[in-house]
Amino acid sequence: MALKSGVSFIRFKRLSHGIRLLSTHTRPEISQNGGKNADFPGVKAPYVTEMKLLNEHSYDPIPIYRVIDNNGEVIERTEEPRIDNETLLNMYKTMVQLNQMDKILYESQRQGRISFYMTNYGEEGIHVGSAAALLPQDMVFAQYRELGVLLYRGMTVTEIINQCYGNHEDPGKGRQMPVHYGSKQRNIATLSSPLATQMPQAVGAAYAFKRAPNNERCVICYFGDGAASEGDAHAAFNFAATLQCPIILFCRNNGYAISTPTSEQYRGDGIAARGPALGLHTIRVDGTDALAVYRAVERAREIAIQNKPVLIEAMSYRVGHHSTSDDSSAYRPVEEIQKWTQEENPVQKLKLYIEGKGLWNSDTEKQFAKEARDIVLRTMQQAEKKKKPHWKEMLEDVYYDMPPHLQKQMNQMEKHLKKYKEHYPLDQFQSE
Amino acid sequence: MALKSPPVLLGLLGRLSRRSFSTSKALASTPVTVRDALKQAIDEEMERDDKVFVLGEEVAQYDGAYKVTRGLWKKYGDKRVIDTPITEIGFAGIAVGAAFGGLKPICEFMTFNFSMQAIDHIINSAAKTFYMSAGAIPVPIVFRGPNGVAAGVGAQHSQCFGAWYGNCPGLKVLMPYSAEDAKGLLKAAIRDPDPVVFLEDELMYGVPFPMSDEAMSADFVLPIGKAKIERPGSHITLVCAGKATDTALQAANELAGNGIECEVINLRSIRPLDFDTIAQSVAKTHHLVTVEQGWPQSGIGAEICARVMESSAFFELDAPVWRVTGVDVPMPYTRSLEGLAVPRAPDVVAAVTAVLGNKIVEPIRQ
Repeated sequence: MALKSGVSFIRFKRLSHGIRLLSTHTRPEISQNGGKNADFPGVKAPYVTEMKLLNEHSYDPIPIYRVIDNNGEVIERTEEPRIDNETLLNMYKTMVQLNQMDKILYESQRQGRISFYMTNYGEEGIHVGSAAALLPQDMVFAQYRELGVLLYRGMTVTEIINQCYGNHEDPGKGRQMPVHYGSKQRNIATLSSPLATQMPQAVGAAYAFKRAPNNERCVICYFGDGAASEGDAHAAFNFAATLQCPIILFCRNNGYAISTPTSEQYRGDGIAARGPALGLHTIRVDGTDALAVYRAVERAREIAIQNKPVLIEAMSYRVGHHSTSDDSSAYRPVEEIQKWTQEENPVQKLKLYIEGKGLWNSDTEKQFAKEARDIVLRTMQQAEKKKKPHWKEMLEDVYYDMPPHLQKQMNQMEKHLKKYKEHYPLDQFQSE
Repeated sequence: MALKSPPVLLGLLGRLSRRSFSTSKALASTPVTVRDALKQAIDEEMERDDKVFVLGEEVAQYDGAYKVTRGLWKKYGDKRVIDTPITEIGFAGIAVGAAFGGLKPICEFMTFNFSMQAIDHIINSAAKTFYMSAGAIPVPIVFRGPNGVAAGVGAQHSQCFGAWYGNCPGLKVLMPYSAEDAKGLLKAAIRDPDPVVFLEDELMYGVPFPMSDEAMSADFVLPIGKAKIERPGSHITLVCAGKATDTALQAANELAGNGIECEVINLRSIRPLDFDTIAQSVAKTHHLVTVEQGWPQSGIGAEICARVMESSAFFELDAPVWRVTGVDVPMPYTRSLEGLAVPRAPDVVAAVTAVLGNKIVEPIRQ
């Protein structure tokens, strides 16, 4: 039926064209509905005469790219990333170091030594896979569960623990809750607590890069499946696409936003499905497979640097509680977690892969795990003993230049402390 | 730049007497609208520093909803004058991120009422990131656009954000009144390393003000945090900002006819607040009335009252301080009521008369 009317339509057009050639009159050509592309400013699409509503089942789910299986074996040889041995070892060691930090810092919060902590279990593959595929000049906007990325980029255990303890050697001057890291020299924007605000900001930073001549930097912005529900996320997708920014929008879909499972967070085909709809290059990847993440980010970077934004959705499972303020046993069965700590464990998978390559064995594992544990324990003990930042820091950096009213308060405080020093624990604070 | 033709001079004098400008040097000057002064400021700063760029809804091809950015897109192109999708949370976030990335964005809100969509980026990110990053990431950004009462736009488009943003440490909040204020303060805001909220008045955009040769120059920058005495006087101090300055000056003009000389202080800057200028004036006049378009509770006037209470300026007072503010209701849409919901010159005259009469009665409920 459609074909038939199409043919007659063509005939009609030919005929009218012939008539128009003969005629001295000019009559505007009116295109007919059916079988032709529409030319609305908002969309270019074909007309149809059959009414059809689309729903989440109209498309196949976006597949999940993976490189290795649960035994650390490469599934398709051609897909194996070319990563030198040193980098592979560095990736794996970062995972082990990360696990040790999580274990000990989590415990230290339970013991009341620090006020807050968030573990990264289950997402180690995402962290090291993505971090290894980036270049040092690339800028990272993290959410809060990306400690492995920071470690891989060279933030030291000491810097991280000093931040958690808020002592005077904390690069953040003790001004933020634990886990709100930042490092300008490593191109890591300081973490911000409000959820998803980093997303449009990351696009803005990418825009700033785009404006630099011969730009060779991109931005990676991490966010969770819960953050993707914020208005900021939509704004970021839309602005990245319309401003054509060199950015990788990286969703860590770990199944839970605190206690809210993804089934209550969104409908449809996850976060990745939003990418093509908004004009973003998009890939969904197995976040428990560090090599697949590496390959995806490596490719995404190539695309992004040409000012074509990319959305990556990395599927994983948040093995730990959301934070030290959460007890996930209240909303999920323990058995559910087991699958992800055993057969789909990202650390295990990469370990089996490097073991297969002869780069690692149980002895090196044992030795390195001990080293990783010792350095955390040692650093923690040192961090605890370090003094708090100078009290004056409280008034610094509110403005670029300290305004007179803050200066005045500082002077008053100084005089007061001089006079009544015996009433204050000044020995616990860094002095000038 | 001296005036050449008598008709212009006459016209200017006429306008001067109508609007009761106090500055005599204004006679040797050029009339410029607030809108053009703002544009001049942006244009000069974009010329001076290629890190400066403008983004917002309709700012490029359409020249801005209120034409403040007229011609800038043609001059500077797509990279520096950017039309954005309609998402305040998005483009304010983009602007903050671009500032993190080393640029100097001027983020235009079509009106400041819409900035509430993006207030998290302004308060939690722009204002605090320099501090939260331990001084590593400065956020040199200007959020600007029309603020406060316009005409006939109802409750959701008529509020003053001076007190809202003035509440937050880390931000600087400016409120220009005249063309000279607009130009000098906006240039200062763009050059400032801290985030600045720049609150304009839609109803003032088209008003021409005389601008001196000095103010017309590309080097003209006003200091942030310094108030301007628009009219000296000895009997009572009127403190105001933005369009309320116009109201206060009208009232002062009227009161001068009755032998009452008001000292009118145009704050220019809400944060930092130039309290020294207020205190010095109060020491001279011993009476104080504040005038603002925003709501009374926790407003700019309330802050000034509190600072007077907390300082020796309190002992200079011969009478309680009164606030003349917008009425404590959502803005009525009805034109007749709308006009009455914001301070008018007669309200200020009444307040001054009451304060000078030392009538300690229940203040008129605003």
